[in-house]
Amino acid sequence: MATTVTGTKTIKKGKSPVGGPRFPGGNGGGSRGRNGHNGDMSHFESSANRYRIGMWVALAAILMMFTALTSAYIVRAASSNDWRPIAMPQILLLSTALIVASSGTLELARRKLKEAFEVSFNRWLLMTTALGVAFVGSQLLAWRQLVRQGVYVGSNPHSSFFYLLTATHGVHLLGGLIALTYLRLRTRRTERDGQALAKRHAVADAVTLYWHFMDGLWIYLFLLLFFWR
Amino acid sequence: MGRALAVIIWILTLLSVSLFFIDKWWFPTAISSHAAALDRQFLITIIVVGLAFTAAQVGLGYMVWKYREDADRSRATYTHGSSKLEVIWTVVTAIIFIGLAVMGQSVWASLRFNDAPPGSYQVEVVAQQFQWNFHYPGTDRVFGRTDPNLIDDSGLNFIGLDEADPNAKDDAVHTVLAIPSGRPVELLLRSKDVIHNIWVPQLRFKQDLVPGMVIRVHFTANTPGKYELACAELCGQLHFQMKSYLLVLPDDELGALTALPQDQFQTRMTELLAKYKLPAQN
Amino acid sequence: MSGETHEAVHRHPAPTGFIRKYIFSLDHKVIGIQYIMLALVAVLVGMTMSVLMRMNLSWPGTNWPILGTLFPGGAPDGMMTPEFYLSLVTMHGTIMVFFVLTTAPQGGFGNYFLPIQIGAEDMAFPVLNMLSFWVTLVGFIVILAAIFFSGADSTVGPIGGWTGYAPLSALPNAGPGQGMGMNLWIISIAIFCVGSLLGALNFITTLLNMRTRGMSLMRMPLTCWAWFTTAVLALLSFPVLLGGGILLLLDRLAGTSFFIPGGLYLSGILSGTDERFPLHTGGSPILWQHLFWFFGHPEVYIAILPGMGATSHILSTFARKPVFGYRAMVFAIFAIGLLGFFVWGHHMFISGMSPYSAMTFSILTLSIGVPSAVKTFNWLGTLWGARIRFTTAMLFAIGFVSLFVAGGITGLVLGQTSLDLPMHDTYFVTAHFHLVMGVASIFGMFAATYFWFPKMFGRLMNESLGKFHFWITFIGVYCIFVPMHTMGIVGMPRRFAQFTEYEYLKTLHPLVVFVSIAAIATVLAQIVFYFNLLWSIFKGKRAGENPWDATTLEWTTASPPPHDNFAGHLPVVYRGPYEFAVPGAANDFVMQTEPEVILQAVGSGREGTSGNGHDGHRH
Repeated sequence: MATTVTGTKTIKKGKSPVGGPRFPGGNGGGSRGRNGHNGDMSHFESSANRYRIGMWVALAAILMMFTALTSAYIVRAASSNDWRPIAMPQILLLSTALIVASSGTLELARRKLKEAFEVSFNRWLLMTTALGVAFVGSQLLAWRQLVRQGVYVGSNPHSSFFYLLTATHGVHLLGGLIALTYLRLRTRRTERDGQALAKRHAVADAVTLYWHFMDGLWIYLFLLLFFWR
Repeated sequence: MGRALAVIIWILTLLSVSLFFIDKWWFPTAISSHAAALDRQFLITIIVVGLAFTAAQVGLGYMVWKYREDADRSRATYTHGSSKLEVIWTVVTAIIFIGLAVMGQSVWASLRFNDAPPGSYQVEVVAQQFQWNFHYPGTDRVFGRTDPNLIDDSGLNFIGLDEADPNAKDDAVHTVLAIPSGRPVELLLRSKDVIHNIWVPQLRFKQDLVPGMVIRVHFTANTPGKYELACAELCGQLHFQMKSYLLVLPDDELGALTALPQDQFQTRMTELLAKYKLPAQN
Repeated sequence: MSGETHEAVHRHPAPTGFIRKYIFSLDHKVIGIQYIMLALVAVLVGMTMSVLMRMNLSWPGTNWPILGTLFPGGAPDGMMTPEFYLSLVTMHGTIMVFFVLTTAPQGGFGNYFLPIQIGAEDMAFPVLNMLSFWVTLVGFIVILAAIFFSGADSTVGPIGGWTGYAPLSALPNAGPGQGMGMNLWIISIAIFCVGSLLGALNFITTLLNMRTRGMSLMRMPLTCWAWFTTAVLALLSFPVLLGGGILLLLDRLAGTSFFIPGGLYLSGILSGTDERFPLHTGGSPILWQHLFWFFGHPEVYIAILPGMGATSHILSTFARKPVFGYRAMVFAIFAIGLLGFFVWGHHMFISGMSPYSAMTFSILTLSIGVPSAVKTFNWLGTLWGARIRFTTAMLFAIGFVSLFVAGGITGLVLGQTSLDLPMHDTYFVTAHFHLVMGVASIFGMFAATYFWFPKMFGRLMNESLGKFHFWITFIGVYCIFVPMHTMGIVGMPRRFAQFTEYEYLKTLHPLVVFVSIAAIATVLAQIVFYFNLLWSIFKGKRAGENPWDATTLEWTTASPPPHDNFAGHLPVVYRGPYEFAVPGAANDFVMQTEPEVILQAVGSGREGTSGNGHDGHRH
């Protein structure tokens, strides 16, 4: 490699490395070689942001799947004259209340965690999990009620979509319950380490976002199945 | 290496383009009224395609020939591009491509955006694995009622024709399609089982037959003769054998045929199939 | 050699033990190689199937003893049954599109090189990354299972084509192979969807979150832009396929009627009158097509975009010149990705959907030709004024351009509604998509392999064998696929097990045989590639950090890179990715990590190494 030789013209500098990513959490935001404590914190935060970003990305995919099923729903309703919507099982109102409440309790839990009230966080997390399990239970009860009335997945197109959409939502919700359990296990110890704290908060944010999405998704499906004409 | 690559690219280009000039390997002679416009649009498009293809390959060969690494230049030309060029070639390409796209709609529009003219000669087409059923309404020009519950393949009632319906008395069902020359034809396309597609290359016309739907299409044929008819949508293991014929007949001959009752219809069709020959190859 | 680095935050320590290092590895580099290995196996299966198809078409009625021995049901007396042929068509398409074209370019090379090219230690979610590969592998095992479970039907799988149109795909009694084989096919694809989505999630998050200091978006190599856009396409299209697949499975197994209308009559039985044919009613076959092609069209851009990225990257490197029109290239990638979601109806012009929708799709379809053309112009611009080094990687990149043009340009014909009337479901379509997907995309992968092999294995592949591989393959694919346009124009339909029934097709027989011979020769030539690959891993000439004198971050680290890619010192980026031939610079390339351009001493005349992998050598 050639070395610089005295007498050459001014040395050309490359652009300074300021052109870091502008998204929240990109490296290069605040820690430009200064290794002070603040620089470390924002680096940890920006690294932990991947959980938040990842969750938004995952939700985009889940949204697309339900969009596809929605368009199938609408097309199928119009494609033939055999569309006879089933009557809404009343227990689904309870389902809705349960899941909305669980969103509330989880949001509370998340904030308690940020404030480092870990005992409080655990309680609200447990409450959320219980509400989530109750939600799944209420869904199964609704299914059982329909089966008793002789309404099965193949009975008519609306019932097909009912079972399909509630099952698909339910499967994703079970995933959410697993995520809640994971969050509980991860927050066992008291963390002082900056990197671990940032990650914990990010995971809590991500799981909460997912849960709120499941809540909103349920409300949407509920409206689509029983109030769309 | 660069020169060899350029030469090979140019030879491949030349051979590729030449294939399109071989007479016997071109579209068969067309027999429909929309074909002239369609063939013209294809020709314009394929010329644009051929020119673009050739220009790109010639350009590519030229670049790799001329800009091989050699002792004459120590460095390549340092450039990150040219905004002006980008705008120019984007706009020009867009004009050509979208221009072609818009031009390419006119034949489609003429065939698909309006219903068949009143008084069109109608045939109902019912496709099944692996045979074609053409339902002729007879001189009353009313189709007899059909009902899936009446379908009985082994009893040869392929389309479920209701013999009790008075309109069905003069109907005929046959595996060959006979249409008039010089008059608009409307086909009512149905399927008994899976998706099929009716295709006669000389007609420059193709359409899926979808179970659960009745799809209406129309066109006008103008050259009497016998033409091979194929299924052009995968429908099962004998898809390749789902063959039939299109008979384009002068009006009087067709009129005489469709006036015949079912049993004589079959016989007459056989005669006509023997009388008309397939077109000569290109 | 590079400027300052910054200390990395160690995410996971290097693994020990064979299983954690090479089997259940969290290392994106190992996972990338696993994907590539999967693709290498899948493509062998796919190629074998295509050779069998060509043999049947060219010499129908021939007794092939080996076929009769291996598949006594599907090829009694060594003669292929039509359903056996159609199952080859189906499995060939499915395996190639999913397990070759959607694995190697993205999951393979993307996984390996995206983190390194952006200066990260690994992907954002290493565990998910590992899962995405293993889920994909399970999907592959399930599709192979479809081969074995279809033995009772005497096929090697379902017979509905990779597109699986309903009701043929929705009715188990619609044909041989449409029973258990079809169920396994759907399940395999559903599993593949999940694996793909996990991968897409990782790619997007990694690129957004983990770029090293100085690596702004507009300093990323075009490969990264391509992988990113591909991941977004996958993220938004695979869920739709998954949804459609679930609906299809329900139609088959749970008595629903999403895609199956009423009144169907199959094999002498009317739907609902017999337990062998349960009642279905009211469904829409076209709905399946909409769902499938909403996925299917972005899928083909998923297959080609990484190859486009690799081509831009490799052309620039061996032209010793910056990419011409970097910004335009980025916009073109976006435009292709975005428009790719709005053109799916061009597969359905004559499906029975509204002719007005067809017209809209047609105009949008020809619009997508514009960014593709822009990319081609920029590739030519990159070569203009260049100093080209004809390495094997470069040959394949140039070949990509040639073949992409050849394949893509006929889109101008197929995208017009009127011209689709004669061309739909003919070999003209087969020619088009094979040239872009089955050839151009594969050339992108070959180019990537020869280019990045030294980085992955610390050794170079053999150039002479590589060039031989290139010449035979390049000429071979032209011979195979260009004549198919002619076949389509004359009127040869797709998915025909034989052409013997039609008089008007007889004239094409010499072409059919020619294509088959070219295909067999080209497939055989791939043996050279496999040999070169395997042999060079062990015996190839050793490569240093940067055998090609390239500029991007992967060439700043060891070959192969250490577990955390940069040995604890993440690079800092000072400039764009294609700074070749910078005027006045001492070398004809300036790496991204170079803070200051070292100027050439007046009169020194040195140029640095030639970058062909041999010091001081010229080609």
